Amino acid sequence: MNSAWVPPSQPDDFVFDAESETAITIVLKKYPVERKASAVMPLLYIAQKQMSRCTGSAWVPLQAMNEIAKRLEIAPIRVYEVASFYTMFNKRPIGRYHLQVCTTTPCWLRGSDEIVSACRRETGINHFGETSADGLFTLTEVECLGACANAPILQVDDDFYEDMDSESVQKLIAELRDGRRPAPGPRVDRLNSAPEGGRKTLLTVSTPVDEQ
Amino acid sequence: MLQDKDRIFTNLYGQDDWRLAGARKRGDWDNTAAILAKGRETIIAEMKASGLRGRGGAGFSTGMKWSFMPKSFDGRPHYLVINGDESEPGTCKDREILRHDPHKLIESALIASFAIGAHTSYIYIRGEFYREAEHLQIAIDEAYEAGLLGQNAAGTGWDFDFFIHRGAGAYICGEETALLESLEGKKGQPRMKPPFPAGMGLYGCPTTVNNVESIAVTSTILRRGASWFAGLGRPNNAGTKLMAISGHVNTPCVFEEELGVPLKDIIEKHGGGVRGGWDNLLAVIPGGCSVPLLPKSICETVLMDYDSLRAERSALGTACMIVMDKSTDIIKAIARFSKFFKHESCGQCTPCREGTGWMMRIMDRIVEGRAEIEEIDMLEQITRQIEGHTICALGDAAAWPIQGLIRHFRPEMEARIRQYKAGQKEISPTHVSV
Repeated sequence: MNSAWVPPSQPDDFVFDAESETAITIVLKKYPVERKASAVMPLLYIAQKQMSRCTGSAWVPLQAMNEIAKRLEIAPIRVYEVASFYTMFNKRPIGRYHLQVCTTTPCWLRGSDEIVSACRRETGINHFGETSADGLFTLTEVECLGACANAPILQVDDDFYEDMDSESVQKLIAELRDGRRPAPGPRVDRLNSAPEGGRKTLLTVSTPVDEQ
Repeated sequence: MLQDKDRIFTNLYGQDDWRLAGARKRGDWDNTAAILAKGRETIIAEMKASGLRGRGGAGFSTGMKWSFMPKSFDGRPHYLVINGDESEPGTCKDREILRHDPHKLIESALIASFAIGAHTSYIYIRGEFYREAEHLQIAIDEAYEAGLLGQNAAGTGWDFDFFIHRGAGAYICGEETALLESLEGKKGQPRMKPPFPAGMGLYGCPTTVNNVESIAVTSTILRRGASWFAGLGRPNNAGTKLMAISGHVNTPCVFEEELGVPLKDIIEKHGGGVRGGWDNLLAVIPGGCSVPLLPKSICETVLMDYDSLRAERSALGTACMIVMDKSTDIIKAIARFSKFFKHESCGQCTPCREGTGWMMRIMDRIVEGRAEIEEIDMLEQITRQIEGHTICALGDAAAWPIQGLIRHFRPEMEARIRQYKAGQKEISPTHVSV
């Protein structure tokens, strides 16, 4: 937070829709009844998903947090502190597509600087945390995404686009702009995390274990 | 090097069907009841005999950890909590288990839960692994459908429920007590130990927290026997391990390998060699960003296992190595880790909350050379004052990469500072232009 920070304008109320209610019912079954405070993170996710579905921007308004506190019978501050502790809950509106570039060392070694500048160039965003003028993209710098063998990674919402370079970023952003969401995964010739050009192990046909 | 017949994760790359039908073909869920019929004590004894050490980084004996759970019930339920909050930079192994071998994990979780007397298990998956959690949820649903979970799970007579809890982007939740806090719906701030989770963990109940990989290998170890697993690797460093290689190699990848194999052979075989050839190697970080780096001279001979790396004042960690060639600005590479730790400190303990920021700012200046030579010693001293003075190991983890850098690359740091000074004009503070 800096001096230029302005609080987002908050909607007046928040009501969980039918789809969210179904999801909440499933989530609450996971935890002992007297421990339902455990569901605060899942419920924040459900609220964020609903905002994405209904408004095109995945974020959690204050009223949603209050509603969650009421549901779980905990003080609202318990929800606020969780929402602000974890980076994946957006406390202000974001663009339709959330571009999250990993810049931690393994990705940096494989060229994440190039990915960042390609994202900036293609969306017109100047700084991390900004949303593009057309409201389509928000660019965020994230810490290690845990897919380092496929670095560099560009995460768009929930999907990992792997082994990226400047060209593939350009192509991906153009497709998103057209309303298409290409299949996630590596952008080079490899199967998931297998070595490029074909795997070097597990070449023999997998057989069930026979020794007992 | 490990043979295909001794691999545990036979669908590592998702080349095969990851669902129940495919998993059954690979041998999962094959007469699980017979394994449970051995009884709790036998299973724990087998796990101890296998020599399996925790695969999440600390390397503590898994069988031993299970044996710490109370043998009798005092009315409180027992819990198995699986740590799938894989966030250590460089580490990307559990992701492959979650998305390509979910049934191996679920079956092993059933066995482990039985061994520690738990009827419920939670797996905490980092929030970013959305698609991976999706795969696991489908596998869980399949297992419930097939009677492999729920009441009398897999015909074993043991009731067992398995739930996913997703994290939301906090590295600290990989620390076991922070993970438990997070699972209880709080901020992920580590707890003081004791009490240890085995006595008072999730919801104040006896809890065992294990890494995804430590759990997932259980079913195979018990099927093929402790002696098979113990026969792989080296004494006290038994078995196979999922490893990954990232950074400046020709073919970064994830793979399963025997412990105790020379680091150089792994880079040559699985990584396809260092970019530009072996002589272009600068340094390797052998097990995730918190372990000290190894310069090329050590990489020539060191073996990839717990004790060999410990002897070189580094650690196996998660066995997911980061390779850097000579084009790397090594100071900047480590400074980025300092930024990472500053970002991820939970803010609970002062030495870590403030110290990670100090270290980051000093490192950033040294990257430019905008520092004094004496500040290298001061930086080293700061790392010593953070290390061991915090509730959890994040403070230590933030200190070690810098200590490794100073230990092996001090001349580079000094050269950077001298170079910057040479580029500056002498400015006298009292100089007045006339």
